[in-house]
Amino acid sequence: MSGAEVWSMLFVFMLAGFIGFEVIRNVSRLLHTPLMSLTSAISAIAIVGSILLAGENHDTLTTTLAAIAVGASMTNIVSGFLITDRMLKMFKRREGPKA
Amino acid sequence: MIAHLIQFCYLIATGLFVLALKWLSHPTTARRGVLAGVAGMTAAIAGTLLFPEIVDYRWIVVALVAGTVIGIPLSRVPLTAVPQRTALALAFGGLAVGLVGTAKYMLWRHQPGELTTFRTVAIAIEVLLGFLTLTGALMAAGKLQEVIPTRPITYRNQNLVTFLLLAIAIGSVVLLIRDPSQWQYFAVLVALALTFGVLLILPIGGADMPTVIALLNSYAGLAAVAMGFVLQNKLLITAGALDGSSGFILSLIMCKAMNRSFTNVLFGAFGQVQTAAAAGEQGIYKSATTDDAALMLENASKVVIVPGYGMAVSQAQHRVKDLYDVLTQRGIEVKFAVHPVAGRMPGHMNVLLAEANLPYDCLAEMEEVNPDMPQVDVVLVIGANDVVNPAARTDEKSPIYGMPIIDADKARACIAIKRSKNPGFAGIDNQLYFMDNTLMVFGDAKQVVQGILSALKGEEGSGH
Repeated sequence: MSGAEVWSMLFVFMLAGFIGFEVIRNVSRLLHTPLMSLTSAISAIAIVGSILLAGENHDTLTTTLAAIAVGASMTNIVSGFLITDRMLKMFKRREGPKA
Repeated sequence: MIAHLIQFCYLIATGLFVLALKWLSHPTTARRGVLAGVAGMTAAIAGTLLFPEIVDYRWIVVALVAGTVIGIPLSRVPLTAVPQRTALALAFGGLAVGLVGTAKYMLWRHQPGELTTFRTVAIAIEVLLGFLTLTGALMAAGKLQEVIPTRPITYRNQNLVTFLLLAIAIGSVVLLIRDPSQWQYFAVLVALALTFGVLLILPIGGADMPTVIALLNSYAGLAAVAMGFVLQNKLLITAGALDGSSGFILSLIMCKAMNRSFTNVLFGAFGQVQTAAAAGEQGIYKSATTDDAALMLENASKVVIVPGYGMAVSQAQHRVKDLYDVLTQRGIEVKFAVHPVAGRMPGHMNVLLAEANLPYDCLAEMEEVNPDMPQVDVVLVIGANDVVNPAARTDEKSPIYGMPIIDADKARACIAIKRSKNPGFAGIDNQLYFMDNTLMVFGDAKQVVQGILSALKGEEGSGH
C-alpha cells in the first residue's frame, strides 16, 4: 500500500465524516429511532469485505468466518431496512377535519 | 474494465447512502430515504460480486439466504422492543467486522510484507472496535430486555482496571507491529476487546441506555471505517464514517438532554449515585380519582400530555390516542410534549406514539412547549417522572440538577398518573407531586386513562 493511497483514504474519511455530521444534524428529533435503525443497516456495509473473503479461494476456517460475517451483515441489512420502513409508515400528518 | 465498473457501483452506493440520510431528515421524505438506502446497498453488493477474485459463490449464497431468513422476523418485533433489536443489530455488525479482521490477520500473518505498520494498526483498531461492539451491544440488549439486572454494577477501582487493560491492549498492538507473525498478541487483543465491551456496559444504568446505544452505533460505524482502511475500500470508509458521525451526534444530543458529559456517562455510574441521594423529606400528595381528572380535562381549553416510559410499559398508547381524539373533538387543544430522553433510545417515544396513530404534528419538542406552559390549563403526566422534576431547575444538590425538563409545574394545574408511590427510575423524589395544583392518580396507566375516558363519555351521555 503506497503512502499516497493512505493519504487519499484519510481524506475520504475526513470528508465523509463532515458530510455525515452536517446531514445528520438536520434529522428531526422525531425520527431519531428510524435514523438509528437505518444506520444499523448501512453499517452492515461490512458485508462487502465479508463477501470478498468468503468467495476467494481460502482455507476452510477463513471461509467459515467470512460466511458467518456475511450472514450477520445480511441479517442487519434485511431487518434494518424493513423495520425502518415499518416505523416510518406510522408517521402520519394530522388528517383534515374528521367526517 | 470490471475494476472500473466495480468502483462505479461503489460511487453510486456512496451517493445513495448520503441521500438516504438526507431524505430521512423529514417525515415527508423519510421513506424515500429507506429506498435510497436499499438501492445503495444493492449497488454495493452487486459491485462486490463482480470481483474476479471471487471464485466460489456457494457460501455467499447460503449466508445471504440465512441472513434474510433471520432478518425478516427480527424486523417484526413490537416497537417497545426496538431498542433491543437495535442493540442486537449492533452486536451482529460488530461480530462481522471482528471476524473479517481476524480472518484477514490470519491470512496475512504468513505473507511477509502484507502486514505493514499502517495495516497492523488498522486491523488492531478494526478488531478492537468490532469485538467491543459485539459484547457491549449484547450486554446492552440484555439490560434492555431485563435479562441482565438494569441497575449499574460497579466495583472498586473500576476506572483503574479499565485503564490498565487499555494499557495492555496498546502494548499488544506495539508488540504486534514489531513482529506481526506473533499471533499471541493478536489473541490478547481479541480477548481484551471482548472484555472491554462488557466493562463498558456493566456500570451503565437504565437511564443512560439511550446514550450508550448511540455510542455503540458510532463504534460500529468506526469499526467499518477501520475495515475500509484494512481492505483499502473507500465505500466502507464513507459508509462507516456516516454511521460513526450519526451515532456520535446522537450520543451528544442525549448527553445534552441530560446535562451530563460524555465521561460522566461512561465513568459516572449514574443510578448508583442517585439511590444514595434518594432519602429526602416526604411531602403530602393530593390523591384524585379518574372522575376528578376527567372533570379537570373537560374544563380545560389547552392540554399538554407528557408521556413517559411508564405509558409504554402499560401499553397505554392506544387509550391515550382515544383520549386525544375525545378531547380534540370537544375543541380542546391537545399537544404532546416529548422529552429527548423519553423512552429507551433516542426518539423512541415518538415512534411509540406514531404507532398509536397520533399525527406527528401534535408531537412537540420540549423547547416548543415550555414557553407556553403558563397558558396551559392542564398538564397530564403519564408515567413520566424525572423529565418533569422541578428539582432539575432548583435543587443544586439533586443528581439531575441542570437537566433540561418539561416545565409541568408552571402550568395552571397538573395531573400525574403514576403506578405506585415509589420514586421513579432514578430514585429521586419529585417535588411536582407535592405541589398545591398537582393531583395524583395512582394506578396502571392504561386503566387510569381508560377510567378517564369512561368518565368523559359517561358525562357526555348524562348531559342529554
